[in-house]
Amino acid sequence: MNYSMGEFDVAVVGGGHAGVEAALSAARLGCKTVLFTISLDQIANLPCNPSIGGTAKGHLVREIDALGGEMGKAADKCFIQSRMLNRGKGPAVHSLRVQADRTRYHEYMKKACEKQENLEIKQAEVSEIITENNKITGVRTKLGAEYKVKAVIVATGTYLKGKIHIGEQSFESGPDSALPSTLLSQSLIDNGIEIRRFKTGTPCRVHKRSIDFDAIQRQDGDEEIVPFSFETDKENLENQVSCYISYTNAETHKVILDNLHRSPLYSGRIEGVGPRYCPSIEDKIVRFADKERHQLFIEPMGLDTDEYYLQGMSSSLPEDVQRDFLRTIKGLENVEIMRPAYAIEYDCCDPVQMKPTLEFRQISGLYGAGQFNGSSGYEEAAAQGLVAGINAAKKIQGKDELILDRASSYIGTLIDDLVTKGCADPYRMMTSRSEYRLILRQDNADQRLTPIGYEIGLISEERYEKLKIKVEQVEKEIKRVKKLNIAPSEEINEFLVEMGTSPLSTGCKLADLIRRPQLGYDMLDRFDDSRPLLDSEVREQVEVQIKYEGYIPKQLEQIEAMRKMESKKLPEDLDYKTVYGLRLEAVEKLNRQKPQNIGQASRISGVSPADVSVLLVWLEQQRRAK
Amino acid sequence: MATIAAVATPDAVGGISVIRISGDKSLEIADAVFEAVNNVKPSQMQGYTCSYGFINDSENKHVDDVVLTVFRAPKSYTGEDVVEISCHGGRYITKKILRIVLKNGAEPAMAGEFTKRAFLNGKLSLTQAEGVMDVISSSGESQLKYANALKDGAVYRRITGIKNQLVEILGNLAAWADFPEEDVPEVDPLTLSDQIDRVVNDLTKTIATYDHGRIVREGINTVICGKPNVGKSTLMNCLSGYQRSIVTDIAGTTRDVIEESVVLGDLTLRLSDTAGIRTTDDVIESMGVDIAYQRIEQADLILAVFDCTSELDEKETELIDKIFNKNSIAIINKIDGENKIDRQFISDKFRYVVEISAKNEEGTDKLVSVLNEMFINNRSDADEGIIANERQKCCLEKALDNVNEAYDALNCGMMLDAVTVCLDSAVESLMELTGEKASETIVNDVFSRFCVGK
Repeated sequence: MNYSMGEFDVAVVGGGHAGVEAALSAARLGCKTVLFTISLDQIANLPCNPSIGGTAKGHLVREIDALGGEMGKAADKCFIQSRMLNRGKGPAVHSLRVQADRTRYHEYMKKACEKQENLEIKQAEVSEIITENNKITGVRTKLGAEYKVKAVIVATGTYLKGKIHIGEQSFESGPDSALPSTLLSQSLIDNGIEIRRFKTGTPCRVHKRSIDFDAIQRQDGDEEIVPFSFETDKENLENQVSCYISYTNAETHKVILDNLHRSPLYSGRIEGVGPRYCPSIEDKIVRFADKERHQLFIEPMGLDTDEYYLQGMSSSLPEDVQRDFLRTIKGLENVEIMRPAYAIEYDCCDPVQMKPTLEFRQISGLYGAGQFNGSSGYEEAAAQGLVAGINAAKKIQGKDELILDRASSYIGTLIDDLVTKGCADPYRMMTSRSEYRLILRQDNADQRLTPIGYEIGLISEERYEKLKIKVEQVEKEIKRVKKLNIAPSEEINEFLVEMGTSPLSTGCKLADLIRRPQLGYDMLDRFDDSRPLLDSEVREQVEVQIKYEGYIPKQLEQIEAMRKMESKKLPEDLDYKTVYGLRLEAVEKLNRQKPQNIGQASRISGVSPADVSVLLVWLEQQRRAK
Repeated sequence: MATIAAVATPDAVGGISVIRISGDKSLEIADAVFEAVNNVKPSQMQGYTCSYGFINDSENKHVDDVVLTVFRAPKSYTGEDVVEISCHGGRYITKKILRIVLKNGAEPAMAGEFTKRAFLNGKLSLTQAEGVMDVISSSGESQLKYANALKDGAVYRRITGIKNQLVEILGNLAAWADFPEEDVPEVDPLTLSDQIDRVVNDLTKTIATYDHGRIVREGINTVICGKPNVGKSTLMNCLSGYQRSIVTDIAGTTRDVIEESVVLGDLTLRLSDTAGIRTTDDVIESMGVDIAYQRIEQADLILAVFDCTSELDEKETELIDKIFNKNSIAIINKIDGENKIDRQFISDKFRYVVEISAKNEEGTDKLVSVLNEMFINNRSDADEGIIANERQKCCLEKALDNVNEAYDALNCGMMLDAVTVCLDSAVESLMELTGEKASETIVNDVFSRFCVGK
């Protein structure tokens, strides 16, 4: 029997990284929000590696923070080791990565939701969405509870019809033995949403006492720790653990190859599409047969546990094979498995059905976020959750939607890739996916996005004012160093030669010296008497902006051209068959995806430059006909 | 919007050709390329006025004397500033001027782009909208068709090769930047510099071939080949109308490659006569044979000459295998003599077979009609050809600029992220030709070559 359990503005289905950001942002924007999770103990769980950030993903976390999301703050609070990756490869690819304490991270996020005004958390399995005339009106749980809502954000992760495979065994399950969500898929299909099946996997966890740490290589965190959040105080941040590295060997590979027939991946029992960047160890060995060894990282799961995670060893081989091949690895000869590795298949949607707001075109008020949208990764999920939460709130409040374009952020790039190009396998963010990466750096995420977060209402007045001061300081200082003359002197020339760069014969501006690859802002301190006292973030910005000045105008030009096309809106209900002159292939693709604007249309594969011209003429024709 | 240029008159030999430039930078470009007899720069001219003067190349040499007409926005066909250059109507001159204009900042016009701009700027009435879309889509189709036709060519294969080199470099950089914790090889600046240098060289070489006119419209790069003394040189002489190659009865007379341009009907053939293909101990001659095979590799058209008075030998069947699937015509020469050759075998291997007697100048008209069938009837209209061609070159030049920038960035010690962005732009330019998406291709390359992922 069904019964009513009240009325909300926004219902979020799933309490993972997407769901939490979605629920928090909607509630913070004043919407009465309910967050459903199959288990309260799984909120913001890190079922795979308890690590946040990494290349491009670190950028996402900083952007989430700059917009007013929670992930960066949580990671700063719960990290146990922090490293800035890619130092020395250029600021565009600097990426922050931390190892988090899995339990504390969950607890932090659960508490953040609990204390959030306007947000109720319910342990329940949502079994149906309720719609009227293709519009969301409510959700129903497995127990029969009905909630009237105006918007639903589906963030079901790997729970949706989740199925775990370990060797010859398979069973319905969510991650970490949680219950799967078995009914919602059908309800979505009944409402015209196209569903497909992806797969991912996770390595096993092993007991600390069974690892021979002397036999493996240690990897420590950074001495000077940079936090994710622009609001986190840099003082008192400390690494508490080390991570370790070991390698597979010929014997490991032999054990795996000898038992390949027992892997569901190779026997064809798994139908879901797995991610290319996250291959199981058996995949790696088969596909890269000439590689003599594969790296694995041995990382602690937290401070209060002896569980260690074996990054790089994801597998769906039977438990006994897992034990046997792990025991061939140096340092793991006596390894004790606590949780076996598994592959998990799950239902997700094809994201080209969505607008860049992450709302489905078919059902008004229905949004998707995270792995449900075909992405993979905690950070990718959180970024989408934040955008979906903001947009659901904005729609309910009758405000302008938030669409972040590709030039604004990695978040915008991620969403545009998903909704415009779709994805053939679980989508992972990479710096190489952004054509504007010299501008989309992790160090300037606040300058790019905090003004937007402020306008939306997720950034406090105080934080916004702080940013404005920082931006002013940076601008002022850049102006100053560009004006400041440096005369040739014995002292400076000696220094320049020592740094491996040419001495001065005539005077130059300080900025010209900063621009030299061998030099930097800070090290020129002693030749700069009038230098004001500035924060390290300000100094960093001055240096990066001056060094990259030569490359940035070109990117800005491309951005301007892109935005011009992006501003030419296409009607959502346009039947492209009626646009004279389009090629058949273009009509099909455009009708399937209904792009928002000419820019998005031009990025759809199968839409040629001539088709774009036809659309421009068509738009002008419509404008004049009015 | 970018300033665009194209040849506005049909591609045929006529009295006058017109090159049209439209866009904000038209007058600026005209100032750079045009030297007026009265010393008034185009940017100082009134709309609807003409000026007589010269188009100069980058070394300030006169290319042609022309009449330049200025139309000022909005009073022009497109509604933008427009400059029209009326020059002497040879293909060579017209194209040369177009290239000078492109070099000075104009982009090759896209399908129907002048008309599109005219419409967007309110120069055409609403009722003409469908007509405009027609022009765009039909010229789009034919540009596409022409671009596809180019894909079979040697130049295109070379572009693909360069593109693949760049994708590989970018794949290395991407894997290295995106998977710093994995077992991915370090990118070593010295190796990278060598790789970039190689791309610079290849691009420069490829761009240079455009000036020799390697593409159909600029003359078909034709190689005459066959075993010694089948009459290759006689054929060349017959086609070019006067004795160019040394014709003797001693096999192996032609050791070097002899080149000649001849006009046959509507087509220009750039003929190379090669050394006879046979195994030889003569060092110079054997180098000639190597060059002959190399030429065959690069040719747009191969004229394989056979002597019907002798049987096919091993070397000839080897040659036939080498040129199988290439654009080739079998020429059976000396039909005035006794037939000993297996004609059936030849017509099985070649789509086109022409029988001639080069000595008596018999059968050349048949050759002309076969050439017309191969190169004219099957091609789309000429103007699109030129544009597709110029776009190819333009994209290559843009790519070269970007690769050079990457090279400079690397060698002055910039961080690799800046180098990567320059290379990205280069590959993007090349992919304009292949219609691929750079980021997708690079991501695919990373996952296919590197074992990355947790």
